[in-house]
Order: sequence, then C-alpha cells, then structure tokens
Amino acid sequence: MEISVNGEKRQIDVAPDMPLLWVLRDELGIMGPKYGCGIAQCGACTVHVDGMAVRSCQLAIGDLAEGEVTTIEGLGTPDALHAVQEAWIEEQVAQCGYCQSGQIMQAASLLDEDPAPSDEKIDAVMSGNLCRCGTYPRIRAAVKSAATKLKEA
Amino acid sequence: MSRAGTIARRTFLIGSAAIAGGVAFGAYMVNRPIPNPLLDDLSEGEAAITPYVKIDASGITLITPRAEMGQGAVALQANLIAEELDIDPASATLSPGMPGRAYYNAATLEEGAAPGYDDSTSTQITRYMFGKVAKLIGLQITGGSSTTPDSFTKLRTAGAVARETLKEAAAQRTGVNRSQLKTKDGHVILPNGNEIAYTTLAAEAAQIDPVEDVTLRDPSTWRFLGKPDMKRLDMVAKSTGTEIYGIDYKVDGMVFASVCANPAIGGDIISFDATAAKAMLGVQKIVPVSGGVGVIASNTWYAIQAANAIECVWGPGAYPESSDKMWEVLETAIDNEDFFNDRMRDDGDAAVALETDDIIEAEYRVPYLAHAPMEPLNAIVLVTDTKCEIWSGVQAPLWTRDKAAALTGLDPENVHVYVQQMGGSFGHRVEIKNVEQAVEIAMAVKGTPVKMTWSREEDMTQEFPRPPAIARGRGKVSNGQVDTLDLSVSQAAVIPPWLERNSGIAMPGPDPSIGHGSWDQPFTIPNYRVTTYRVPDMVPVSTWRSVGASGNGFMHDTFMDELIHAAGADPLAERVRLCFDETSRKVIEEVGKISGWDGPSLGENRGRGVAFCMSFGVPVAQVVEVTNTTNGIKIDKAFIVADVGTVLDPKNAEAQLFGGMIYGLGHAINSELTYENYAAQQDNYHANEGLRLFQTPEFEVKILENGHHIRGLGEPGVPPAAAALGNAIFAATGQRIREMPFHKHISFV
Repeated sequence: MEISVNGEKRQIDVAPDMPLLWVLRDELGIMGPKYGCGIAQCGACTVHVDGMAVRSCQLAIGDLAEGEVTTIEGLGTPDALHAVQEAWIEEQVAQCGYCQSGQIMQAASLLDEDPAPSDEKIDAVMSGNLCRCGTYPRIRAAVKSAATKLKEA
Repeated sequence: MSRAGTIARRTFLIGSAAIAGGVAFGAYMVNRPIPNPLLDDLSEGEAAITPYVKIDASGITLITPRAEMGQGAVALQANLIAEELDIDPASATLSPGMPGRAYYNAATLEEGAAPGYDDSTSTQITRYMFGKVAKLIGLQITGGSSTTPDSFTKLRTAGAVARETLKEAAAQRTGVNRSQLKTKDGHVILPNGNEIAYTTLAAEAAQIDPVEDVTLRDPSTWRFLGKPDMKRLDMVAKSTGTEIYGIDYKVDGMVFASVCANPAIGGDIISFDATAAKAMLGVQKIVPVSGGVGVIASNTWYAIQAANAIECVWGPGAYPESSDKMWEVLETAIDNEDFFNDRMRDDGDAAVALETDDIIEAEYRVPYLAHAPMEPLNAIVLVTDTKCEIWSGVQAPLWTRDKAAALTGLDPENVHVYVQQMGGSFGHRVEIKNVEQAVEIAMAVKGTPVKMTWSREEDMTQEFPRPPAIARGRGKVSNGQVDTLDLSVSQAAVIPPWLERNSGIAMPGPDPSIGHGSWDQPFTIPNYRVTTYRVPDMVPVSTWRSVGASGNGFMHDTFMDELIHAAGADPLAERVRLCFDETSRKVIEEVGKISGWDGPSLGENRGRGVAFCMSFGVPVAQVVEVTNTTNGIKIDKAFIVADVGTVLDPKNAEAQLFGGMIYGLGHAINSELTYENYAAQQDNYHANEGLRLFQTPEFEVKILENGHHIRGLGEPGVPPAAAALGNAIFAATGQRIREMPFHKHISFV
C-alpha cells in the first residue's frame, strides 16, 4: 500500500484496519502525532488529511485512499515555523507538551477554515483536545495571536 | 585526581575532575562516599564527583537530574547553572545525567517535616534531619514541588565554581590575575578585550585546583533568573512535534509490546488462553508477566489488539470488591480509636467547646482519582546476559534500577536507566510497574530491545490512584466569629505503602500525608483540633499531585467556609483575621484586592468563593466567580495569589499555578474512579476527563515574594481549587456541595 505523508510517498504493508496513527508512529517513525486515548476523546493524534483536522487514531489506513496526510512535522519545522507554532512559542503554551502537536494541528485547521474565530468558536472547536496540564488559557491566547499573524502575513 | 578541597561550610562541595578532553564540575558528598553515576566518563580515582557541568572541546553540557514532567524543571535547573556560569542556557546541551545517589533530593523530605510557616529551631533541626535521611537513602526523586528549593543554591554554586575555575585556568595561561578577568557568553574576557572560549580552557581547568570559595551573585544582578522573559528551553521542540518522549524513543532493532494485567490491582492470573491472540497479524510472542500477559508484536497497535484478545481468568483482589464496600471501611474508621493515626493540632479544648446544642456539623467525601497524564506509561528495555538498559520516563530512577536488578538477577551497576521526557505525570511515574513488566517481557527475548506501551485503558485501570477520604467537621461560632473547628479525617495511608512497594523501606509511625492540608494551616482558632484515622490499605494508592492536601484542601477549607457563613462573617475578612502567618495573610489580602472582593455576592444568580491552602510551604489563596445559568454553573473567572519567597521563572510559575488550579477544578467537577468486582470502572477519558477548554475560566495570577524560603509550585495550585469553586457555588445558589465529583450534585455548563 502507498500513502502520501508530508508530501512524500511511503510504502507500507499492514492490516487495512490499522489506524493511521500507528502507521505513522510504528511503521514510518513519524512521532509528532501522539497516542493518548485511541478512541477520539483526547485529540493528541490530530493530523490533517487534505487540510482537514482528523483524529488519526480513528482513521483506518484502508480508508485513507488518496488522502494527503500532513503531520505536525509537515506543518512547520523549528527553522521554518508555521504561524500557529510561532504563536504557541511566544505565548509559552506547552507544559508537558504531549497534547500540543494535536492542539496545534487542530488550531491550524480552525484558522484555515475561519481566519477570525469568535471566542465561543475557539472554545467549541478546541474543547475536543484534552490537556491534562491545564494550558488552556494560553491556548486561547495563542489561537488569537496566530489569527492576527495569519491576517498580517 | 579528584580535588575535594577542605572547605566544610556547606553540606555539599563543588569540585572538579578531569574527563576525556575536558573538565567536569559537580558535587562532592562530604559525610560519606556515594557511588558515582558517570562511571563511563570518569576514570579511576575520580569517582567522587557528581557532575552538573561538563565542558570539553565540543561544547558545554548542563546536567539536570530532576526530571521534566511538564513543570519546567529542566529549564529552571539549566538557568540556575547558567546564571553563574555566564552562558546562554539555550546554547548548552542538556542531559538528565545517569541516576546517582549523589543526586539525592533533600527538599522533598524536608518539606514533609513541618508546616511551611514554622521556622522554629526545633523545626529547622527536624528539616535538617529529614534532609540527612534523604541523603542516606540516596533519594533521587522528582516530586513534592522540591526541585526549586533543592537546586537553588546547589546549582548556582556549581556554575560559580566552574566559572571561577575557568577564569583561573585563563589566568594561568595568560599571566593576568584572575581578579582582572571577566566572563561573558561562554568566554573569559581579558582586560584587552580578547576572549578565550571555555571549551578551549577545559583541559587546563581540569589540571588545577577548583576555585571553591565563591560568592553567589546578588539577585539584583541576575540576567536570566526572575526575568519575565525567561523562557523554557523546550518550547520549540514541544511546538513542532520534535520533542522525544519515552513513548517516542527508538532503539535499533526494537520490537513492540503491550500487556493486559489483572484489573484487581496486585491480583494473580490463574490461567489464560492466547490461542486467538497468537494467530493475529503481527504477533510474535506471548509472554506471561506477573499478574498478567504480555504480547510482543511488530507494531504497538497489533500488540494492544492481541492483548485485548487474550482470555484471562483472574484471581481476586486483596481489597473490598466494590466502592460501596470501600466507603463502609472509611465510615467504620472515622472517629474510631482503633484506627487512630495522629492528632497534630489540638488547640484549646474542642471537646468541651462542643458540649452544646448549637453545633455545626458537616461530612465531606473525596473519591479515588486517576493521575491520567496524556502519555500512557511505557518503557523500552534491553536485557542481555550481562546488562539491562531501560529508557523510560520515571520520577525515581534508582528505585527503577533496583527493581530491574532484582528481576534480572544482575548487579545494580549493570542496570542503566536513561530517564526520558515525560508527557505529564502528576505522581503517576513514581510507580514503576510498567517498567517491571517491560523487563519481564525483555527477559523472554534477550538481546532484543522491547518497547512496551500500555493502552489508555490499561493505564487508567492499572492506576495506583489518589485514595478516597471522609472528613467530619464539628464546629461552633460565637459573636460573629469562628470559635471551634474540630475535623476528623479518615483515609488510607499513602506514603508508607508507596515507599515500601517501590524501595523496600518500611516507614514506621503515622502517615503524615493523611493530615497534610488540614492541621498544618496557619490559623488561630480558640478551639482547633484535627484528628486523622488510617484505614486499612485497600486499592494500592500513591502520590497524586499535592498528595494529602489534594483532598484536605477541599474538606478543611469548605468546613471553615461553612463556619464563617454561620457566623455571619465575611469569608475573606474572617480568614485574614484568623491567619497568624504574615506571609499567608498577605496572600489572602492580595487575592481580595485583585478580585475586587467586597463580599460573596455578585448579584442575582452570581457569587464568588475564596479558599486558602498552604501546601509544600506555599500559601495559596484563590477566588472563583460563578454564574448559576439556566443550564448549570458556569465558572466565569478565577484569581490566584501565591507566595514562593523568590520567583525564578515568572512565566512558568504563573502556568504552574493556573495549571494546578485547572487540575483541581477539573477533578472536583468531573472525575472519580469507582470499583466493581475489584476493577476501576472508568477506563478512558470519556469517563474521566478533567477540565476541557470550554469549562475553563479566565485567570488572573499574582505571585508574591514575602516568604523567607524559596519554594516550588508544581503542586500548591491544586488544593484550594475545589473549595474555592464549592464556596462560590454556595454563594450563588445556597447549595453546599460536600462531595466530589460535584457533577453528581449540580450541573455545569
């Protein structure tokens, strides 16, 4: 089976019901997407498929078809940060940081779909991503400052 | 040659030692030699030094032995060294080092010795003795909000000794007196402006006596510490998916594994049928482990699927089979002399004062709680005939090493623990059952590294949770003031079984943690008594962020709030009046100021509550504002004031405080573990989620620096949160909530 991840074609040989998350992590060694719950309750595994935020623990690889997968590694790098990542660093959001790949991918998808989300919409969309350290106040602030950055860019 | 020098003013000394191509600076133990962790790096005769700084031609390495769980410990430790060493901490390589008894943590035991406000001579002696015990047993542990107090002087001294010794090496090379030299950004600066890089001086610095008589810089001259822009060093990695946690680490040739263990914690496995699991795709081997079965596969997902497909017959648990029966045990123990633990507060005469008809009584309950950090527990283990290597995020690496040595039969010096970054912990990773299981699996495939990962379900149901507790309050008010507060608390012990399970050390006497957050509060009440009762061990329990204060912070302060309301006094003003500790009193007054406190009412259907708890020596006051909407309680805003003596990392300290309060609020509203047929019933985040963003209020945080001791903030934000929320709900609705989780009694939006 061939899939496309971060712009590269990758060959894999796994059961078709294996979730995308475990293909990325244990077959391809792409460790940005995290395993947190396995049942779409925490959002730590969030990636983009054709630009849309998706819980990769719930997408069977056999259902990916031609979908183009982008993980946080494909969103931006330490040397070439995405605006959402810049905002996350400036606001010093992360504590343990384990959920933040998913938070950032969710926020990037939100801002792509709605460049100026209301406070209520930020709360509604970002509430699917769990953070046990309690970084939420800074997530709110970082989503807003990322929106400003993207508008000015 | 090691150069210990002769200065004996401090309980530790910073010395130096040669390493291949460079120099190491670190602590000498004065009273007794302690085996050195960096055996591979230091040659014969140099084993007395425990490095914090290593410099060679390739660069500077800072060693930060307190582990990173999200609390900012690594950045703090690096900045403490860098402040004196005169380097940009972001330019250094950071390493947790190898576990060593010499990295012992005195502060974690010292803080348990006495309340934080108590600076009497006897208390100082007790703290000193507790610190000695930590050193004696080589307690290298990250926990107890202790990294800051433990590291504050030690690591700055290491940086200063290294700096002055490098200057001395430059002085000897150039003939310029050391007093004429300055340092900047990893260089010694000569009077003529020429610069010599530390890295080129390292080999020479190793050959001279270290300059041990150093004076630490005055805080007014700090460039990193205490500055609002002091940044954590892990933000870029954690914002780009490039931080490597234990679950992400890779070892060449490793296979993947998972486990299913008896949901009756500690129970046996009687038999199992792995026929179906063996036939599943990717499955390589089925390995029995203590109390369960492991599966080795070519992918973690295959391993988890197969582990779930094994049919197991479990033995019973060694505790009551259901929550209902456990509550009966707690009810039996409270106010029952047979279960007496201690009575650390007995001011006035509560018994006589309560011989009256107008007593105010209330009973409170807090449930079992899972730690549930976002990263499920895991470990990579390689076992061969001669060594065992472990890569895992653990808070107590030496205990981990010793457990693995016992399982494999190897000598402890042949067991190497490489501490990994942790995706949260909250106390979860002081337990090492996951590592023990990984060692058992790896022993079945010697020579092949095994990465064992628990499913979320396994992680939540194999918890060593926070224990449940019951508190009964009896009190009296007179003349508009609180006159009598008599509190009984019944709870299973946390510290003695935890210590014995993990280290083999038996701890005699009462468990002080049952009372933490209650008797040790800085209030003067005419009749003030706190009695704790230790119920028999039930589900094995462990330290949960803020430990005893996590429950008592709610139960003690809520009862105080009930008495204050009964007295008709103002909740904030009466707490201020009762408080005898000046540092704590200023904290309560300040939260009144920043919240604009003018009473508990905020108009129709709105109210606010204040709560206070001192834990780990840190007084914290919180105010919560709520609205009683038609659909339930909405938390509008929260205010936090704490005093840590000296703030080293303001931005991170603020995050620890609101993060701790969110942890406290989330569990107060939403979370519990209940048991049926010995097993925890909540096995994933849908049933145990803490707080989500939509329920999170706005925050305002202020940190004061009036206290006489420097403190850590990983835990103290948690204990007052539930009480502040419950007190606010009472103010808004008239309904007093005395049991967690609150959602059993009132709806939230």
